[in-house]
Amino acid sequence: MSEKKLLATRAGYGQGLLDTGALHDDLVVLEGDLGAATGTTAFGKAYPDRYIEAGIAEQNEVGMASGLAAAGWKPFVTSFAIFTAGRACEIVRNAIAYNNMNVKLIGSHCGITPALDGGSHMCIEDIAWMKAIPGMVVLNPCDYNQTRLMVKKLYEYDGYAYMRTSREPVQCVTSMDDEIVIGKAQVLREGQDLTIAATGIMTTFVMEVAERLAEEGIECNVLNYHTIKPFDEETLIKYVRETGNLLTVEEHNIYGGFTESCRAALFTKADNIRTDYVAVEDRFGETGTRLSLYPIFGLDNETIYNKAKNLLNKE
Amino acid sequence: MDIIISEWKKLAKKIRIDILKMTSEANSGHPGGSLSCVEIIITLFEHEMNLGKGSDDPDRDRFVFSKGHAVPAQYGYMLEKGILDPEEIHTFRKQGSRLQGHPVKGRTPFTDFNPGSLGQGVSAATGMALGYKMKQSPQKVYVLIGDGESDEGIVWEAASAACHYKLDNLTYIVDMNAVQLDGATKDIMNLGDLHKRYEAIGFLVDEINGHSFEELLEAFSHHEEGKPHVILAHTIKGKGVSYMEGNYAWHGKAPNAEQLEIAIKELEEA
Repeated sequence: MSEKKLLATRAGYGQGLLDTGALHDDLVVLEGDLGAATGTTAFGKAYPDRYIEAGIAEQNEVGMASGLAAAGWKPFVTSFAIFTAGRACEIVRNAIAYNNMNVKLIGSHCGITPALDGGSHMCIEDIAWMKAIPGMVVLNPCDYNQTRLMVKKLYEYDGYAYMRTSREPVQCVTSMDDEIVIGKAQVLREGQDLTIAATGIMTTFVMEVAERLAEEGIECNVLNYHTIKPFDEETLIKYVRETGNLLTVEEHNIYGGFTESCRAALFTKADNIRTDYVAVEDRFGETGTRLSLYPIFGLDNETIYNKAKNLLNKE
Repeated sequence: MDIIISEWKKLAKKIRIDILKMTSEANSGHPGGSLSCVEIIITLFEHEMNLGKGSDDPDRDRFVFSKGHAVPAQYGYMLEKGILDPEEIHTFRKQGSRLQGHPVKGRTPFTDFNPGSLGQGVSAATGMALGYKMKQSPQKVYVLIGDGESDEGIVWEAASAACHYKLDNLTYIVDMNAVQLDGATKDIMNLGDLHKRYEAIGFLVDEINGHSFEELLEAFSHHEEGKPHVILAHTIKGKGVSYMEGNYAWHGKAPNAEQLEIAIKELEEA
């Protein structure tokens, strides 16, 4: 894998804005003085008249997007996840969702991989905050290609939605030729032994683990949940019924995250499924790199591998 | 203009009675801040705003009732003008009614934003004005703000953006009734001199008596290219009802039948 080029999903978002923005002159981007970090600067240079700097004022950034949508624009609001989904959470709830505005909210630097900024910037709650809002679509694409494609899907989707992106460069496990559908999990690998459902960049690490397991003769289903809400119960239930087990993998707090969405589906739709999860165990992030932090937080490939093996050994 | 103003004064009286009747029947609502903004609503709807072919006209001016709890003033106006059915006055704040506690788009006419969470209407109105400016549309945006509401930080974030983007198609009207839910605005959170604050940010500022149609008309006639406009309209909370005037207890309390009778009598005899 190491020879492959690593790219961040935030960069895929920036490129996706250029792709889709070139075709639709009603697409506008709002930025909160983080363009160089979130990936929107290139759009701003290409389309300065459709790039709205809101300053370091995320609440008003979101509120103005509601008004811009009312005036007929299609806004993409961009900041760090901790600010878009966190600081402006109630503005998102009332000015966007309760007002039913066609606004796309982007939270970059999700999870515990905003590198050295530390816990204040590491958003492990955004999925919980956003999925609790009625009607909110919550997206968490896994790699550069998928994020780039998702911008087009977001533009075409007539409603409000939140997408999280990451700062961490990862390998691409999907192709620009893939057909992605909002609300439908993507099956990246199929196997009879174990089902792993992952979301966001964790999917790319799960693919590495699945390859290692395959070398040992263990074949996995890898379900890529680029959409967390609406939740695709059908795909999950189909695969867990086949393997009888499920490992969920996410870079989010265990409370309110993707694992809880899977649990809710199993609660009503499937019995006797052996399960485990990889997620942040209700603690804040801290300064460090992915390679140094992931083992401490139990998000590293070794943990994913061990939990996968452990699920199988229970048989 | 005199003739119009005398008619508007009669209209204001009827709207005030409607406000009292609907809150009393609902045994819920915010009479104090509704009564304070009646002249502002009348001047906006009767004169200042271009309402085009009506509420559904996409090219009309936009109105955001950011201090949305005072919407009985707008409901009262629409009841009196036949925009709403007179019988609907009995449905205010009742389940299934389109006269929601805070106005909702698509339910009531001339509702361009669902307010309720204070400050957010100011931000959305500012975004609307920016959006129309970017489209080179002549549409104007008006937003009615409370002075208590001005405690919210987002109001000042929006105000900065309004000046930064030179939104001269945008007018903030602040209903300066000087009272909020728990007491006098200067005691709850003293915001200092709003005139100087708005001037410092870069607004065209007018400071007037918000119950004077003449002063409202004069203020609305002002315009400066490249600057958003704010009208600081000094008003009386609970205006027209002696026992409500200036009394914070009537911010969010409805009059009972007896109190209603006294209030209506006072308004009719004034």
